[in-house]
Amino acid sequence: MSTETQNLTLVQAVRDGLRTEMQRDEDVIVLGEDVGKNGGVFRATEGLYEAFGDDRVIDTPLAESGIVGASIGMAAYGLRPVPEIQFMGFIYPAFDQIVSHAARLRTRTRGRFTCPMVVRAPYGGGIRAPEHHSESKEAFFVHEPGLKVVIPSTPADTKGLLASAIRDPDPVIFLEPKLIYRAFREDVPAGDHTVPLGEAAVRREGSDVSVYTWGAMTRPTMEAAENLAAEGVDCEVIDLRTLSPLDRETIVDSFEKTGRAAVVHEAPKTGGLGGEITAILQEEALLYQEAPVERITGFDTPVPLYALEDYYLPSPTRIEDGIREVVDFP
Amino acid sequence: MSVFDRDPDDRVQVLDVDGELVGDVPDLSDAELVALYRHLRLARHFDERAVNLQRQGRMGTYPPLAGQEAAQVGSAFALADGDWIAPSYREHAAVHVHGLDLSDILLYWMGHGAGGWDTDANVLPAAVPIATQIPHTTGLALASKLRGESEGSESPRKPGEAGDAVACAYFGDGATSEGDFHEGLNVAGVFDVPAVFVCNNNGWAISVPRERQTASPTLAGKAAAYGIDGVQVDGMDPLATYEVTRAAVEKAREPGDRPRPTLIEAVQYRFGAHTTADDPSVYRDEDEVAAWRRRDPIPRLERFLRETGRLDDEVVDDIEASVREQVTEAIDRAENAPRPDPEAMFADVYAAPSTELRAQHDHLNRLRDRHGDDAFLKE
Repeated sequence: MSTETQNLTLVQAVRDGLRTEMQRDEDVIVLGEDVGKNGGVFRATEGLYEAFGDDRVIDTPLAESGIVGASIGMAAYGLRPVPEIQFMGFIYPAFDQIVSHAARLRTRTRGRFTCPMVVRAPYGGGIRAPEHHSESKEAFFVHEPGLKVVIPSTPADTKGLLASAIRDPDPVIFLEPKLIYRAFREDVPAGDHTVPLGEAAVRREGSDVSVYTWGAMTRPTMEAAENLAAEGVDCEVIDLRTLSPLDRETIVDSFEKTGRAAVVHEAPKTGGLGGEITAILQEEALLYQEAPVERITGFDTPVPLYALEDYYLPSPTRIEDGIREVVDFP
Repeated sequence: MSVFDRDPDDRVQVLDVDGELVGDVPDLSDAELVALYRHLRLARHFDERAVNLQRQGRMGTYPPLAGQEAAQVGSAFALADGDWIAPSYREHAAVHVHGLDLSDILLYWMGHGAGGWDTDANVLPAAVPIATQIPHTTGLALASKLRGESEGSESPRKPGEAGDAVACAYFGDGATSEGDFHEGLNVAGVFDVPAVFVCNNNGWAISVPRERQTASPTLAGKAAAYGIDGVQVDGMDPLATYEVTRAAVEKAREPGDRPRPTLIEAVQYRFGAHTTADDPSVYRDEDEVAAWRRRDPIPRLERFLRETGRLDDEVVDDIEASVREQVTEAIDRAENAPRPDPEAMFADVYAAPSTELRAQHDHLNRLRDRHGDDAFLKE
């Protein structure tokens, strides 16, 4: 692996990841609405159309089911399609294709046909966007056997996880935290760079409480952890990175050390991944548990329009408050 | 000859691009024609101010309608009060003509949840996903038909449910590529419902031009696949869009020999960006924009009204002043509206909130008491 790096934002890392994989493997095809000439509404595919041409960077009609359904056919044929859905809130027309076909093509044909496809979609709130542009519905896809679900939180991970997703033999839902598309830069390895799927990252080591999060919530969680450190509360922050399959080992190892846990996600509480992580702790480490697991999440309401979204999304203050509940128990 | 007997590419026009009469003037009074003109001016001015509000950070992302006033105003003018509209997100002018307050429209784009619903108008919420409102329109029209045919029904009727209400969908050219377009029109054809499907074909679905959206030579021609009427109209000709919609509404309301549903392809152009977050210079040429600007609906109608003695400088000046005043008042009302209370987030999720939802609501209130609202708000 090259030791050369580039200082990139998260969205630039998406672009660099796509470009690198397209250079590496001519079967990798990008398709979606406005991904070509326009370079994507977030500029995630900027320059790819010029670099690879309209056979490999395809502007499609406005048809999510058509985009993903066609990608499934392309994948079955042997290509590596990377369809983009412009916002996660617009993925639902493609839901049938994803859950009824992409997720089960391998099992349905006993491996004769497979679906090595990566569906990219920006997700999440906090950018003052119109209705349906702030959804965080990862749990829908985690619930579907046969899919993998990945959410990066840093530029280097974005490139590395995207490369791994593209090379993966199974369909991956790759959700990009658009709130932090341009929030910060970091050094990203140039050229070939992968980060394995299914492995969480410990972002901050600590001994008092394990805080599990991912994507755009990683930054406010880290901020809360630093604020709490000043009060003498030592948080271990774990960025799950892959939500399906979950890295049970890292989740459980941390909890066995701390005995206390909180989960931070911006999706609604009920049916969210916080419940699944809590269940893993119950199954694997009940006797280590010293406090109820706190879920610091979006509310069980539609994502409000932007005048109220600051109340909806977990903020550092709310995260600190929730972690204190855990640490102060009983 | 009925407009419904024309070929799908035989575009209906009443005024040519210079405002010269090339068809029959619709059966509208002089006052109605001037009111139609005023609505075009109002829509254009509202749109300019709204774009500026976004530029100044006073409003969120906004989808402009400049260039598309005629299709919206002309078609909405043809609806009765009890008829229904299921709009996309760009139909600010159509929904205003049908009864939505301008300040409520602004509040929605200012991120206030309840914006637009202080009204009795039969207007569904703007559909931000693409084409999803088309099957709703079919359902509204089917309900209207069922109510109209079920004599002696004792269930209470709301306005527009009297049985002869027509439902009108608005959507763009891109929406015709979605499955919901097909399903909505197909069901409408099978059940022969009183629906009008207005496709505001503005040439571009963000960066994808109409000719890359479908290989079909026209959008109006797609109606044939559903056994319903399809008609193409100059969408920048307010009199033509009025007349075609009027004919479609009449046919929907008074069943005759023809199918009740109609697909109207109103050919037009968006002068501006898809939304204020879009930069059209990346994907289209200024020459193309300039060519379409010559078809601007407002000078076309103004010239016709002036030349036929229905409009003079004095009236135009009065309209301009009153339009400015109306939009300024609407902006003032919207900007002076208090930030919605966080309570609003939990209101109306269900008719009766669940125990869990009440608990979450209480939790937020405790957090606000403990930390103050400033701990939540980023600005």
